[in-house]
This record gives sequence, C-alpha cells and structure tokens, in this order.
Amino acid sequence: MSAPSLPVIRQTAGAGAARAAARRRKPVDGAGPDRRPRWLTYTLLGLFIAGSAYPLYFAFLLASSTSAEIAQNPVPSFIPGGEFISNIKRVFEADIDIWQAMLNSIIVSTATGVSVVMFATLAGYSFAKLRFRGRRALLLFVIGTMAVPTQLGIVPLFIVMRELDLVGSLWAVILPGMVTAFGVFWMTQYLEAALPYELIEAARVDGASMFRTFWSVALPAARPAAAMLFLFTFIASWTNFFWPSIVLGTTNPTLPVALQLLQAGFFKDIALIMAGVVVSVVPLLLLFVAAGRQLVAGIMQGAVKG
Amino acid sequence: MATQTAPPRSSSHAAAPARRIGFSQRLGRMDVKLSPYLYISPFFILFAITGLFPLLYTGFVSLHEWDLLGGQGDFVGFQNFTDVLGQAFFWKALRNTFSIFLLSSVPQVIIALVLASLLHANLRARTFWRMGVLLPYIVAPVAVTLVFSKMFADESGMINTILTNLGMSPIEWHSQALPAHIAIATMVNFRWTGYNTLIFLAAMQAIPKDVYEAAVIDGAGRLRQFFSVTIPMVRPTVIFVVVTSTIGGLQIYDEPRMYDQFGQGGNDRQWLTTTLYLYELGWRNTNLGRAAAVAWLLFLVIVIFALINNVLTRRIASDATPSTRRIARAARRRSTR
Repeated sequence: MSAPSLPVIRQTAGAGAARAAARRRKPVDGAGPDRRPRWLTYTLLGLFIAGSAYPLYFAFLLASSTSAEIAQNPVPSFIPGGEFISNIKRVFEADIDIWQAMLNSIIVSTATGVSVVMFATLAGYSFAKLRFRGRRALLLFVIGTMAVPTQLGIVPLFIVMRELDLVGSLWAVILPGMVTAFGVFWMTQYLEAALPYELIEAARVDGASMFRTFWSVALPAARPAAAMLFLFTFIASWTNFFWPSIVLGTTNPTLPVALQLLQAGFFKDIALIMAGVVVSVVPLLLLFVAAGRQLVAGIMQGAVKG
Repeated sequence: MATQTAPPRSSSHAAAPARRIGFSQRLGRMDVKLSPYLYISPFFILFAITGLFPLLYTGFVSLHEWDLLGGQGDFVGFQNFTDVLGQAFFWKALRNTFSIFLLSSVPQVIIALVLASLLHANLRARTFWRMGVLLPYIVAPVAVTLVFSKMFADESGMINTILTNLGMSPIEWHSQALPAHIAIATMVNFRWTGYNTLIFLAAMQAIPKDVYEAAVIDGAGRLRQFFSVTIPMVRPTVIFVVVTSTIGGLQIYDEPRMYDQFGQGGNDRQWLTTTLYLYELGWRNTNLGRAAAVAWLLFLVIVIFALINNVLTRRIASDATPSTRRIARAARRRSTR
C-alpha cells in the first residue's frame, strides 16, 4: 500500500484531512460506490449492453435481407441488406392486418394504462389520506391479492366473456386489465409520503367537496408516480400475449397475436417474420428513448421501497 | 401518521349538534362518509369480477365435464383431476416447467448481481448504462422468441454455425429437451436480467457507506468487498427476487408457445410447460374441465412454492423490510412479465 485510503485518513487524521487528501488525489479509489471505475468496468458493461442489443439488431439485419440471403448466411453480415423497406411493405400487405393490430395494441395499452392509473390513484388517495372503517383490513386484502396468480382464472374468464358476447372484442382484453392491486399499492405508498395533510385540509376549509379535493390537490401531487405507473402498465399490456391470443382469436389481433399469426402462416419467410418483429418493437423503442429514464427510476424506487 | 387527524373528521365537527342540519350539510356529511368507499370501490368491483370470481369458479368448472363449445356437462367429481394426473404429458410439462425455471432464475440472479455491482460505482454517463441494461425489457416475449428461435435453429442457425466454425459439434436446440430448455431460459434471462440488475442496484445503494469504509480499513479488496459486504447486505433482496420470479416463472407460456410454429411444445413435448398444456387441453382438445383442473393444480404448486419460499425468507431474512413490500414487488414483477 503506497498511501493510506481515505477512510483510514479520516479515522486517523480527521475529516478535514480526509477531504484535503481526496481533493489532491486524482482518481479517487474510494470505497464501494464512490470508486471511479476503470476501463474494465466500462468494457464489461459495454459488452453486456452490446449483447443485449444484438438480438434486436439481428432482427433488423434479417428484416433487411432476402430469404435466400438468410439461408446462405446463418450468421448475418453486420451491414444491413437493401430489402428492409420492401420487407416492411410486405408485412403491411400480408393477409394479417398489421395496421389493425398496431391500432388495437395502442387502444388496449392506452386504455388499460389510463384506467389503471385513474382507479389506482383514487383508491391510493383514499387508503393513504382518508379515514374510514375497515381501511386497514381492505388495504391488507389488496396487498394479499397481489400474490394471487390471476392468470389461472382464464377458463372461467373465457366462459364469462363468451356469455357477454365479447370474444374477439378488445373489451375482453381491456376489462380484466383495468385495475391492478399493484397499482393501488404503489399509489398508496407514494401519496402517503408525497401529499401533506395540510394541503387537503386547506382545500376542505376552502369549501372544496371531497371529489374536488381529490381532483385539484391529490391528482397533481400524484403525477410523478402516476406517470411511472402508466409506463409500466402500458408496456405490460403491449407485450401481453397469453390472454389476448385466447380471447381475440385471429380476426382482431393485438401485435403479439399478429406476430404469432405471421409465424404460423409464413414460417418459411424469415425475412417477413423479422420485419414483423421490427414493426412490433419500434413503438416501444421510441417510448423507451423518450421515457427510459423514468422506467429506470421507477424500478429502482419500487425496489427501495419494496 | 396514525396519530394525525384526517381532514374529514374535523370538518364534520363544524356542524353544531343543536342546530337542525340543513340539506347541503347532510349532503356534505354523506360526501365525507361515503367518498372513501366510493374511491376504492372500482378496484374491488373490477377485481371481484375479473380476478377473484374466475379463480374460484375455476374450481367449479374443474368438477364438471365442460366442453369449449358444448358448455357445462355433468358433475364428475374429481375425475378431471385424476385424468390429468394420469397423463404422462402433465408430469412431463411439470418437469419441463421446473427445469426451465431453474435454468432461468439461477444464472439470471448471478449475472444481475455482478452487473449491479459494476453499476454500483461512480460511473460516467450513469443513466446511459442503466438504460442500456434495461433495453431488452421493452421487447415482447413473443418477439424475443421469434428472434431467438431463429438464432437457436437446429440447422443453419447462427449459434450452431458458430459452434461448427469453432470446431464443435452442433447442438440440437429444438429436438432435444435440455438444449431446448436452455434456449428458452436464455430468452427469459435476456428480458429480465437487466430489470433485476436495477432492483439489486437500488438495494446496493441503500447499503451505508461506512460499512464499505470499515471493510477498506480492514484491508478488503474489491472482490472481498463484493462477497463480504455487498452480497450479505442485499441477500434479502435476492431472496425476494427469486420468490417473485417463482410466481411468474412457473406460469411461463409465451416463449415455449412460440419456440416453433406449431406451438405444441415440440414433437416429443420436450418443451411443453404446464400453462401450455392447460391451453392445449382447453382450446385444442376443447376440454375446459380438464384445463381448469390443470389450473388448480398449478395454483397448488405455486402456493407450495410460495410457502417454502416464505419459510426460507423468514429464516434467512428475519430483519428485512416489512412483508407487505415483498408481495408488492412480487406482484409488479408478475404484472409486467
């Protein structure tokens, strides 16, 4: 050891000396999280991210080639071919209506996202800030239901949807996704900490009704958490496959269902299938570029709280 | 928080008891009394209809003959259960499900821990690295599987071509069970490793810095810090991630369904999973009664796993965060899966 580490200096010579030493040392090789990492860390992280991005690039490479080229080169050349536009065109012209699927996905994801946020904020506000009989027990019930694998209820759910004549309708996908126990819990946690009682009291003293108080005080305060909840719900329903594939059938698909139909109908035409993959990924990729920061923050906040 | 007076109570005190209560005041009181229930009712009503009722009604369906098209038939008692338990495919599906689950959760947790500890430093362009790790999360499992099943193609697949060029013999990723499980587990890992990395990273950031400083004073190097400080401190989080991935992982469907164009879990059902089997019984063989029985059996398996996990967690992480929060993370993980 050439020089004592900063904590050692702090312990032996006091905090002031440690600070002075920290200023003098250029690459701070401190403890744990303060450490300025070297190139090895960046290389490893870079390799991992490149590896995670490659399958997406692979899909793009195949989507830009002809089937003959794909058959010849199992390992695609790193430079994309020239067929990308024409393959994308072929996807949209295939007898599976991709425009419809895209529209359906947008409708379903937006509707569930808005509905989950709305109902979760209402319930979360009530649980966090209002007093009523049975509040604790009901909240515990909500938390308990989070551990229930509701996906296993699909058989009766399907029977019910058929009774309601909703099989093949987007409502059959939207209705079961309109509330989540997680959403309620998430908003309860957030509003408990983020919304001071003084604000609610002030609104009430000013004569606002209960709903007005919720609308003008709680809702604005809930906005950051609501945005994250919307993002997670949107992504979850965009990527959802099991239930939509059962209840929507082949006539009115969402994007994942349409991808399955593409695979079943054109399994020899890899270029076409990969073009479909690209089409289904691009909207979320744009969302990721715009709001990836919030996603990261949302996961990390949930983890800290959770 | 519990000691604070909520606003509704104070406002209802405003009405003097002696005076006759006017209509608008009575309305105001109703507003205060009923609003909390009104606000939580959408969740409870919708959950009861679309979540709780179907789950319970599954039990009813499973005790009947019930055809997809013909509807409810005779009451048959536990016949559907005994039929299912007598099927070789059911046990095969259960084995495959466990195998895929193990192959996906163990490497995932290890890689995520290493990545999180790499990110747990004073990085430049911190947000870029964190977002980069999360990128696969936005790709639908169906899309992931289409890409990976091409990469893992038995003949003229990318991975086998690389293996051959390296002088190794190609692997039958589709026609053999274990390679198929590895391929499917790879897809799960692809999508979820980054997500779990961020959860672990958050847990690592909650470790007090003086613990690391103490370790440094004691002469611990980076590796020693990782194994003796970081890992023990995030162990509760690791256990919870495992618990949460259990509930979702045992219901795996999308990846095995899309691994080939037939969606039956392979010629020999070598990658048939329990949920895929449920689908096959109900919607291919139009036997909803048996499908419901499989749903209940899988539910039972998940409950047993949850109980085992619960015992383990209690023993290992008795001083961890409140239990409600664990379930919360479990649910989010599942709902976003």
